[in-house]
Amino acid sequence: MKRTRTPSLPEYQVTDQAYYLNRRQVLAAGVLSAGICLSSKADISRVRDQQADRAPDWMQALNREAKTSPRSTQEALTPYEYVTGYNNFYEFGTGKDDPANESDDFEPFPWEIEIEGEAELVGKFALEDLLKGLAVEERIYRLRCVEAWSMVIPWLGVQLSDLIKRLKPLSSAKYVAFETVYRPEQMPGQRSFFAAIDYPYIEGLRMDEAMHPLTLLATGVYGQSLPNQNGAPTRLVVPWKYGFKSIKSIKKIKFTRRQPNTTWQLANAREYGFYANVNPEVDHPRWRQSEERRLPGGVFQANRIPTLPFNGYGDEVASLYAGMNLKKHY
Amino acid sequence: MKDFLLSRQFWWVLALPLCWPLSLVLTTLYVEPTALGPDPAQALVDEFGKITLYLLILVLGVTPVVRRTGWVWLAKQRRALGVSVFGYGLLHWLAYAGLLLDWRWQQLGQDLLDRPYIIVGFVAGVMLLALAVTSNTWSVRRLGSNWRRLHRLIYPAVALSLAHVFWVARSDYSEVLAYTVIVIVLLALRRIKSPH
Repeated sequence: MKRTRTPSLPEYQVTDQAYYLNRRQVLAAGVLSAGICLSSKADISRVRDQQADRAPDWMQALNREAKTSPRSTQEALTPYEYVTGYNNFYEFGTGKDDPANESDDFEPFPWEIEIEGEAELVGKFALEDLLKGLAVEERIYRLRCVEAWSMVIPWLGVQLSDLIKRLKPLSSAKYVAFETVYRPEQMPGQRSFFAAIDYPYIEGLRMDEAMHPLTLLATGVYGQSLPNQNGAPTRLVVPWKYGFKSIKSIKKIKFTRRQPNTTWQLANAREYGFYANVNPEVDHPRWRQSEERRLPGGVFQANRIPTLPFNGYGDEVASLYAGMNLKKHY
Repeated sequence: MKDFLLSRQFWWVLALPLCWPLSLVLTTLYVEPTALGPDPAQALVDEFGKITLYLLILVLGVTPVVRRTGWVWLAKQRRALGVSVFGYGLLHWLAYAGLLLDWRWQQLGQDLLDRPYIIVGFVAGVMLLALAVTSNTWSVRRLGSNWRRLHRLIYPAVALSLAHVFWVARSDYSEVLAYTVIVIVLLALRRIKSPH
């Protein structure tokens, strides 16, 4: 990767003898700012070290049984502090560090998921019962955000298709819709007056996408149960789509006949589509999608890599879209 | 003009806001690699953008404050503040072009054509450039009454800058709305003649 040139010193630092004394004052101001900067970093250091797993025993036991999977990528993992400290989870705030800093009050257990729609097994079920007996695997997946950055994350979870089979969807079920929890008293972002999106957050998959072996219902990350900021207690990971499809803190699963309207589609249909497959040939009005920054990057050296169709999972999923115009169905 | 340009005040005003991003960069490079987060290039683009916006709002506030307080020293800083708006806008653009896009001119050109928020930002930048290069005493003398007219460009520059920030916002509009309200208030204060 080409190394960018370091910028030359700003002119004010090239001092004349007459201003030597002033330079000390400038340096002092700089050190003061650095001090303020370092003290404000306490928030990042809060999540740098992995904390003890606080999930109930049944969840910890489930995650402990995780087996490795051949579907995992061999690429370098994104460090824990960024996986759990740099998140888009607007329910807790729109800054990248808000989810980590503002989710302490969130209680992921006990948790129930409501199953609705075209299936035999509908009703409210405890998460523990829904997942009982399902095989948990560690799946190391690439996650590509629509904002043109990406991470490599070691998830733990069950294959979504295993859960879906258990729920016995009817033949009329063509899509699966998911809904995030709505808890404004524990999620400050949901109280914002000028939020760009409506809550609760809704996402959806076509039935064959939901049943695909790659689609994961995650219960943990980095060997432990999910931290709140990563979508505790359970979330989707759909690695061949943009990250916003991987809905977090799932409270409802609904089998539907028609394609559900997803939150981002409703917020801005021109920018966000239903399929949202990672596609270097379809630009977003805000972000060029032909390449991405693999995090973490250096100050003067962002890790720019070309974006692959379907985030590099084309071999496994391209057949789902055979014959579809992916520029039209973005 | 020479005296003013070399005056400590000018450099202080220009340099002071640099302390913040500079300390972040130095901290990241030498003390704590996580200081700017995992996407430091984007973080720097955002920091410089924020500083530009804050300085822009500050510049708009000078006239109404001076009219009401009679603080001549503040009035004297307006030129430096104005130039620094352009300066930090330039740093914002340099961080984007250099750190994010690695000086790929084809991509830069493509972005300029395709992305509305970049178009308005760039146009605002061009306006600020015109204001910055004509901010010296020589220009005031040469342009005469046209100088005042030219420097009214600050108003569309502010509007385009707010549109730029609005269009960049993906998630929440609270911040850009707050800035817009502040700008409207400051502009309104200019129209209301003070008893001074």
